[in-house]
Amino acid sequence: MEQKKLMLYQNMLFIRRFEEKITELCKIEGKLPGMLILCTGQEAVAAGVCGALEKDDVIISNHRSHGHLLAKGADPNALMAEIFGKVTGCNKGKSGTLHIAVPEVNALCTTTVVGGGIPIAVGTAFAQQYKKSEAVTVCFFGDGSADEGSFHESLNMAALWDLPVIFVCENNVYSGAQRMEEHTKVKDIALRAQGYGMPGVIVDGNDAEAVLKVTAEARQRCLAGEGPTLIECKTYRWRGHGELDQQVYQPKDEIAMWMERCPIKKIENELLAEGVISREDVTALEDSIAIFVEDAVRFAEESPLPAPEEALEDVYV
Amino acid sequence: MQQITMGQAIQQALAEEMRRDENVFLAGEGIGVGIHESPVMPTYGLLQEFGPARVKDTPVSEAAIAGLAVGASVMGLRPVVEVMFNPFFTLASDQIVNHAAKLRYLSGGKSSFPLVVRIKTGAGGGAGCQHAHNLEAWVAHCPGLKVVMPGTAADAKGLLKSAIRDDNPVIFFEDMGLFFFPSPVPEGDYTIPIGVADIKKPGRDVTVVTWSKMLGVAFKAAAALGQEGIDVEILDLRTLLPLDKEAVIKSVQKTGRLVILHEATRTGGYGGEIAALAAEEAFSYLKAPIKRVTAPDIPVPSSPPLERFYIPNENQLIEAVKSIVI
Repeated sequence: MEQKKLMLYQNMLFIRRFEEKITELCKIEGKLPGMLILCTGQEAVAAGVCGALEKDDVIISNHRSHGHLLAKGADPNALMAEIFGKVTGCNKGKSGTLHIAVPEVNALCTTTVVGGGIPIAVGTAFAQQYKKSEAVTVCFFGDGSADEGSFHESLNMAALWDLPVIFVCENNVYSGAQRMEEHTKVKDIALRAQGYGMPGVIVDGNDAEAVLKVTAEARQRCLAGEGPTLIECKTYRWRGHGELDQQVYQPKDEIAMWMERCPIKKIENELLAEGVISREDVTALEDSIAIFVEDAVRFAEESPLPAPEEALEDVYV
Repeated sequence: MQQITMGQAIQQALAEEMRRDENVFLAGEGIGVGIHESPVMPTYGLLQEFGPARVKDTPVSEAAIAGLAVGASVMGLRPVVEVMFNPFFTLASDQIVNHAAKLRYLSGGKSSFPLVVRIKTGAGGGAGCQHAHNLEAWVAHCPGLKVVMPGTAADAKGLLKSAIRDDNPVIFFEDMGLFFFPSPVPEGDYTIPIGVADIKKPGRDVTVVTWSKMLGVAFKAAAALGQEGIDVEILDLRTLLPLDKEAVIKSVQKTGRLVILHEATRTGGYGGEIAALAAEEAFSYLKAPIKRVTAPDIPVPSSPPLERFYIPNENQLIEAVKSIVI
């Protein structure tokens, strides 16, 4: 268990430092193309959920995907190269930062259409059931996605057919610029599970161990043929929707309050208090992560851009 | 040769492909036990043969049905899902337009999505515009998809088999007006390649490019025009995307005249694409202006005289041909 907890900490710290580097780079004019959307503050969801999964398990991600992908085991070099728009990127620059698919680790689809991945998760879970494979699907989405029709259709169908899928709602308080109470009447997205005939679980989304535990339980239910679970992870988006968002709608004291509840500091303090790691270990880990992140940036920077005419490739098989 | 309807030909293609490949499964509203039970319907009898694990009756949830196909296909299954009527495609369209069509590209060619979406279409049943609306031009505007729209039962069987075996997402339009009339269909396994048009009737004086149910209208007009010494070539596109450009260009080069006939409405219809192709690639061969015979720019009305007014007929085609063949 200590090893698992340490792994959660390492993964979360890696995601944080990886995205901090992106934040830094995107301030340099012309360095990174496109619209950068980060998961800072939500790392415990990515690490906790993926910490409960096996390699064969599938994840379907959304626009805030970097954490999910890294936690599932994506190669940081290829991920960074894709964010740079380089030909060595996960998707040869076709995706950019927003829709990265990493089939090598069964991160099969990342979609930026809000709620767009939820029906696809029904399909991948259907295939897992059809092939009688010992694997499940996890679908990550935000609280805003729970307002989409695709959410309703998909949860209904998944429950009806007892599909092995875990719907993970990362409730980060904001759907675009709308606070939860401005976009839905209910206080908990998990309440909706009851309407579809599946368990709805609420968990502290800043507690990676708790997230891992409820995910592992949901996974067991899936594998036992008991069907899907809706997990609502209560967390908070430290940064804007994207890096161009001025966050005019987010109260400063609210952000500060949630930064006090940093999921990484929490697990780090626990590990220190439990004597699992020392201050020196933390420094050593930081140093090694910094090297990995620098390597990823160097790999991306040294990689070539795609030739323009490569835009014509990969449309059809 | 067996004489069966297009509905039965599709049924044979589905059954034969399901016997051949256990990764093929069907899903849709009422495809197992439906409200339109009839031996000529495409999925009739398949639940009995293949069981509920492979013939999935779904809730009325078009987005989830289409997403089911996208997700199952990336896992290596070969879903064939049904959209009951073309207008309901709009409810499935996010999954088809933004996901089925684009996810392979977004993956940088790493993933493939071998799925088929069968869409029942066509005016003529009096059901009105929310059950009848030919939207083939919409989907043909989405790179990443293939779009097939057969006009004969024999083509439907061979093309559907190709669609199921294709590693790309294929949108397969079935005009319900063709479900009920028997025509010759080869027995057993055969395929017709996607992306290849077919000269259904060779001719000398004018090319009529058409597809789906309008093929019958083209034949009626060609017979009448033949009586008057006008020799019509009928080119059945069969596939809209990828378009068999060469077949269109060659035919226009031969006859020097082009009329495009489709049931869909005129403005933004796929006929415009064919006209543009001829203008760009065969302009110097054209002896007369290009003509289009299409539905007017209105929703499909319900009352029989109104609906008949909507659907293009042989008289309109005859008139269009005569206006350019002097």
